[in-house]
Amino acid sequence: MSEEVEETRISEEQQEMEDKVISPEKSEEAKLKARYPNLGGKPGGSEFLRKRLQKGQKYFDSGDYNMAKAKMKNKQLPSAPTEKTEITGGHIPTPQDLPQRKTSIVASKLAG
Amino acid sequence: MAGPGGDMQWCFSQVKGAIDDDVAEADIISTVEFNHTGELLATGDKGGRVVIFQQEIENKNQPQFRSEYNVYSTFQSHEPEFDYLKSLEIEEKINKIRWLPQKNAAQFLLSTNDKTIKLWKISERDKRPEGYNLKEEDGRYKDPNTITSLRVPVLKPMDLMVEASPRRVFANAHTYHINSVSVNSDNETYLSADDLRINLWHLEITDRSFNIVDIKPANMEELTEVITAAEFHPHQCNTFVYSSSKGTIRLCDMRVSALCDKHSKLFEEPEDPSNRSFFSEIISSISDVKFSHNGRYMMTRDYLSVKIWDLNMETRPVETYQVHEYLRSKLCSLYENDCIFDKFECCWNGNDSVVMTGSYNNFFRMFDRGHRRDVTLEASRENSKPMQVLKPRKVCTGGKRKKDEISVDSLDFNKKILHTAWHPQDNIIAVATTNNLYIFQDKVN
Repeated sequence: MSEEVEETRISEEQQEMEDKVISPEKSEEAKLKARYPNLGGKPGGSEFLRKRLQKGQKYFDSGDYNMAKAKMKNKQLPSAPTEKTEITGGHIPTPQDLPQRKTSIVASKLAG
Repeated sequence: MAGPGGDMQWCFSQVKGAIDDDVAEADIISTVEFNHTGELLATGDKGGRVVIFQQEIENKNQPQFRSEYNVYSTFQSHEPEFDYLKSLEIEEKINKIRWLPQKNAAQFLLSTNDKTIKLWKISERDKRPEGYNLKEEDGRYKDPNTITSLRVPVLKPMDLMVEASPRRVFANAHTYHINSVSVNSDNETYLSADDLRINLWHLEITDRSFNIVDIKPANMEELTEVITAAEFHPHQCNTFVYSSSKGTIRLCDMRVSALCDKHSKLFEEPEDPSNRSFFSEIISSISDVKFSHNGRYMMTRDYLSVKIWDLNMETRPVETYQVHEYLRSKLCSLYENDCIFDKFECCWNGNDSVVMTGSYNNFFRMFDRGHRRDVTLEASRENSKPMQVLKPRKVCTGGKRKKDEISVDSLDFNKKILHTAWHPQDNIIAVATTNNLYIFQDKVN
């Protein structure tokens, strides 16, 4: 009798292995459904695609966006040193007197 | 050991970019493209910058010539913008660069981010006029009344200066994100494709664009697929193809009607419904489509494979190459870490005999169509001695791992090669890792 039980167990295991061999995808799908039971059926559904269409970070408004950008810039660039020569007061400045505008964009490291 | 193409062996030539592991987001390479002669190689990055390298040909007649690519020009193509209507940021990342065939001394390329395409002119200046008598020594303009003689300036040679200037800006024609740009063989028009629409432009006209494909459903809840890539046929100026997230490719003929919503040909491989799983549609999504140089075939890249289609046969591809089939049993984790959505590109060699595409762990794969051989190579700093021959790599899928093999679980999924390019004539390839550009060339025996 125990032999029979063993036989069925072995054949079940064989069936499982066969399934895995036939479709590793299906076993991966089972794994995913086990981890996320609330996962919707169709991944190609319109909701999924619509989320894809609207990639990109959403901001509350342009003020929110500009604040976020300013915060990023402060983190990336070191603060600029103060100008050595005082331009105002003595005379009307000419283009040659004004300091060179510092490029706020950093050059690509591929060009280094 | 012979690789694809018989005696072809790939050697390291150059690597561009920073060595450190701390990668700034702006430095992530987002596109790589050779121009039509292969003399120029352009890269675009997430920071909106374009860097162009030029090939210096040393002793091309010598058997073991080494062509080096050096920086030719670099410029900021796109800047981040803000869409006020939707309160969304518009990334400055360069999605695609496409070169125009050269018509005069200057070079032209199209570069695009999610919303705007720009035509850039790259020109050389090696002479400058000298001998003006209009300015003082310190640069201030003289009072015109003090100038009494007419002096004609003379052109004198100067150090080569390469200037890039935006000649056209093609804006406000895409509601969704642009994924492709393709120059027509007529050299007058080009197409730009976003998730739902494809527009036709004239290179000279920026305030008008013709919509030629629109797959937006009337009710967005009926949306089932999006456009993933589009390309013009290399010779037939009336023909273009576009691929979808459902794994289909549509070929359209612009002579048939103004709006090419109805395709002329639909390329789709039938699927065995019993094999269908949750992942089937995601991994069938086509991330790139490229015509062969001879215009008879097209190649598509989906998540796990590369397929070659004969334009005369819509029912199934004529060749299918597995890029990394071992990932099929890892789809669950690849879905969780979003890698399953990675968009790999693919490319042909000059005579359409070999195709190449990227993979993970900084591996890239080449498939020799004629000799039915494939090879896996790696772009890494460890194999970057001058002219070092690349050793083929192997991924072990289970059981005993041989000495030089790497197991699937040891693969680094953050090291992805999404963008590769092949020189139009020679066996020189450009492979982009996250922030480095590798140039390899065939060791001439």
